[in-house]
Amino acid sequence: MIEFEHVAKHYPDGTVAVRDFSLTVPSHRCVVLLGSSGSGKTTLLRMVNRMVDPTGGRVLIDDADVRDSDPVALRRSIGYVLQSGGLLPHRTVADNVATVPLLTGATRRAARSRALELLGRVGLDESLAQRYPAQLSGGQQQRVGVARALAADPNILLMDEPFGAVDPLVRRELQDELLRLQSDLGKTILFVTHDVDEAFRLGDEVIVLRPQAEIAQRGTSVEILAQPADDFVRGFIGADRGRRSLRLATSGGRQVAVDLEGHAVGILE
Amino acid sequence: MTWLTGNWPQVLELLVGHLVLTVPAVGLSVLLALPLGRLAWRLPRVGGPLLAAATLLYAVPALPLLIVIPVLIGTPLRSSATMIAALTVYGVALLVRSVVDGFGAVDRGVRDAAVAVGHSPTGMLWRVDLPLALPVILAGVRVVTVSTVGLVTIGALIGVPSLGSLLTDGFQRGIVAEVVTGVVVTVALALILDAALVLAGKALTPWAARRARGPVVVSR
Ligand SMILES: Nc1ncnc2c1ncn2[C@@H]1O[C@H](COP(=O)(O)OP(=O)(O)OP(=O)(O)O)[C@@H](O)[C@H]1O
Ligand SMILES: [Mg+2]
Repeated sequence: MIEFEHVAKHYPDGTVAVRDFSLTVPSHRCVVLLGSSGSGKTTLLRMVNRMVDPTGGRVLIDDADVRDSDPVALRRSIGYVLQSGGLLPHRTVADNVATVPLLTGATRRAARSRALELLGRVGLDESLAQRYPAQLSGGQQQRVGVARALAADPNILLMDEPFGAVDPLVRRELQDELLRLQSDLGKTILFVTHDVDEAFRLGDEVIVLRPQAEIAQRGTSVEILAQPADDFVRGFIGADRGRRSLRLATSGGRQVAVDLEGHAVGILE
Repeated sequence: MTWLTGNWPQVLELLVGHLVLTVPAVGLSVLLALPLGRLAWRLPRVGGPLLAAATLLYAVPALPLLIVIPVLIGTPLRSSATMIAALTVYGVALLVRSVVDGFGAVDRGVRDAAVAVGHSPTGMLWRVDLPLALPVILAGVRVVTVSTVGLVTIGALIGVPSLGSLLTDGFQRGIVAEVVTGVVVTVALALILDAALVLAGKALTPWAARRARGPVVVSR
């Protein structure tokens, strides 16, 4: 369980990245922070692994203030998928995946077999293990980033727009894999995105953020879609532009859901 | 040529002597420049004056340095120890800047990511900063090696034997072939050591060579 208690982050130059943010991420759940660029999502995520120390409030993991833990040990115990990928360019794919096991003293042989197992898990062929990150496509690099975050079998996963740099098809595929992984592994996931569809697909709970990490609305995708809290949320999820409105049409005895422009999006079972 | 046929054992011996001065001097320069450069990079307040001092040091002429060093560290005046110490001074002076530049050239995003996934400060140095700074540092080591091979010849003036002895001896006795041999062998040695460093660099940075090559295999 991750708890944010009235955290704030003021930078010396006067920027307020986070004003006053509180949230509980229950264990084995996936909570999504959804907000536009600069709303403080990355800042919040990095408070959990102490890459950013809050200037006010505190962050607790299983009731222990992260400030009391050794940052290096803390970071090794948390899986982190970085917004930019963040693979080490001078390490092979296998060594990148095995970063934390190698740092914590696993034998090369054990680290390697763990890495190969994880590559399989995220849908990458073992033949890529000896490549360097620059020899991979963007989508492959993001999968390696996810595999690296899983390598030490952490309870907590921080995922910062992990599928940002890929086309919609691959993105959907990666989301499917994450959902499958999550049903297998049951991690506590804090997931950051600015993609509404992604948030609704992955989040057990979605937190819609305004600038300075002010919570505009929190709830399940159903709740947010059914009752947007205000115009900001309505605008963000596209409800105001009719993007989320569907109606039913009947064709050949079946009920088809169509959007406001009449394009079919699915069949009602 | 006839001079060389008659004297090659002596040339070989001087070549070995040359190496015995060059290799320890370059090695010591690297060993000293790495921590100094790391410090200068970590603490720019120290780094600025340190780099300025290094530049000044490099400007000290060789002969006075060869006389000052025995006074400072107590080595005999006409000894290879004095010579190696002097060469190391120049080597460090040149190399510190490369080390600072090397660490400075490491991508900030990569460093940040490495810290974020759990590298300790020591882990950062050995597993991230040094390997990624290596190409720049190695470029500096190449310059230092070539310049040291040249500087070693000066030792002949204070009686420390090296390929430079061929130059002093050849000049004194007016043997052109000996002088030419000295120059050619010295240059050849510099080129060979440089090539060896290039090869070592390629072996140590395999990721640089393979960048974005080979077909991208689609997964699954
Ligand atoms: N070191 C810093 N100094 C000053 N301001 C900063 C610093 N780091 C971040 N900020 C500011 O804090 C705010 C929040 O940044 P953050 O990276 O958390 O946003 P984000 O929601 O992750 O955005 P994006 O979707 O673009 O990644 C931004 O306005 C940013 O400019
Ligand atoms: Mg961000």
